[in-house]
Amino acid sequence: MRTLAILSVLGEDRVGIVANVSRVLAECSTNIEDIRQTIIGSTFSMTMLVTVDEDATAFDEVQRRLEEVGTELGMQITLQREDVFRFMHRI
Amino acid sequence: MHITPEEIVETLTMVTQQNLDIRTVTLGLSLASCADSDMEVMARRVYDHVTSSAERLVPVAEQIEREFGIPICNKRISVTPVAQLAAVSSTDDITPIALALDRAAHEVGIDFLGGFSAMAHKGMGTGSTRLIASIPEALSITERVCASVNVATTRAGINMDAVMTMAETVKACAALTADRDSIGCAKLVVFANMVEDNPFMAGAVHGYGEPSAVINVGISGPGVVRAIVDALPKDADMTAIAEAIKATSFKITRAGELVAREAAKRLGVAMGIVDLSLAPTPAEGDSVAEIIEAMGVGRCGGPGTTAALALLNDAVKKGGAMGTSSIGGLSGAFIPVSEDQGMIRAAESGALTIEKLEAMTAVCSVGLDMIAIPGDTTAETIAGVIADECAIGVINNKTTAVRLIPAVGKSVGDRVKFGGLLGEAPVMAVNQWAGTVFARRGGRFPAPLQSLRN
Repeated sequence: MRTLAILSVLGEDRVGIVANVSRVLAECSTNIEDIRQTIIGSTFSMTMLVTVDEDATAFDEVQRRLEEVGTELGMQITLQREDVFRFMHRI
Repeated sequence: MHITPEEIVETLTMVTQQNLDIRTVTLGLSLASCADSDMEVMARRVYDHVTSSAERLVPVAEQIEREFGIPICNKRISVTPVAQLAAVSSTDDITPIALALDRAAHEVGIDFLGGFSAMAHKGMGTGSTRLIASIPEALSITERVCASVNVATTRAGINMDAVMTMAETVKACAALTADRDSIGCAKLVVFANMVEDNPFMAGAVHGYGEPSAVINVGISGPGVVRAIVDALPKDADMTAIAEAIKATSFKITRAGELVAREAAKRLGVAMGIVDLSLAPTPAEGDSVAEIIEAMGVGRCGGPGTTAALALLNDAVKKGGAMGTSSIGGLSGAFIPVSEDQGMIRAAESGALTIEKLEAMTAVCSVGLDMIAIPGDTTAETIAGVIADECAIGVINNKTTAVRLIPAVGKSVGDRVKFGGLLGEAPVMAVNQWAGTVFARRGGRFPAPLQSLRN
């Protein structure tokens, strides 16, 4: 099963954020469909639209791996199914 | 990307900073197949049925929380009003069913189970009589079971015999749980115009007209609404406030609709209703009273409160009605005192009285909720309060309820502490002029005329 999800990363800018997050995603067979990144002041903010291949890696497992890398980088990383945003903001 | 970064940030802020959550996912279960004249057999069947039907409820709800990133505060079960089973029993004592339900609730890991309930608005059948008589004992020996009794409807009027019986039952519950701040009363609600698809405790039941198993969702989010109202300029007019609340309510309801659909799909049961309610929690910032104050009333309970609440309630329904086509339950703001930090502050400062709360219940759901009163309050006084609240519901064709806690040994100025979602509350003063005759007359208030409204 392929599940669309939104990944958001927030925290202080530093070297290697995109590299580390992308590496975990690749290892979990999660494809990046779209990516937006900006720096506000010194705060790094990135949102990605990704497709989680749940046959390869369970959603829970992807979340767990991202949480790990989030702790390593000192960033807040959340992965939520895309439906929640579509449902809440679109009629 | 067809979702904008602003929308993503907004959703994350709603969850992380404004207490957006789904108040409850409730699995409604019919116990009709468990009926047996042998109480032991019936209790065993009830336990087996609830545990086998609900074993996946908590894990599935937790999975949905993780995947969507929206917390679900409570996972609950509601069952067929137990009075129906009580009528089949060959014994009067119904507590073995309450014990079976409590054990099942612990086994499947849910927070509360509702449905130790009876309908007594027109008369009291054998089942209802047995159930009501068992309530004090049942609520004192169980932890998670909740009871409710409907004593009035717009079509039948008010059963004043049942009102008096329930007032005495409330006193008995308080006495049996005196060592725990009379917590038994926090699990008992007396209704007028009870609804049968209500996911909120203590009044959740699985009504006679429902499918065998169904998922009902209660939305929440007072913190989000408060933040929206707070963000408006002080000179924003009432129309602007109503518009802002409506837009937010739509988003909250959509989250509820999504959770309800997913939970029903994953559990393989019918999707029931989304209850469009703002339900506070004891968490700081998750308060309905603070929305009223953000609208500009000095302190909840002060003049303007009823009007502000009416606007809030209506705007929530209007926004929510766009968000789901499965509206049900009580659908309106809740004003439980002990579960709302703003209400507690208002009551402590003297701004909020029981009389004002009663007025507020005329424009919102559901009634006088989670109010601690002095332990020496008489049964006649409690019956008078219940009758007043029933009259508001019956005449205005809406649901009202009473959940009073006459805390044994406590008086005005003391506090009761329940912990968890039930919170804590200051003991509030009760008008002492109820008399003794009115409540003891019994009989039935005739059903009101529905035309010639005024």
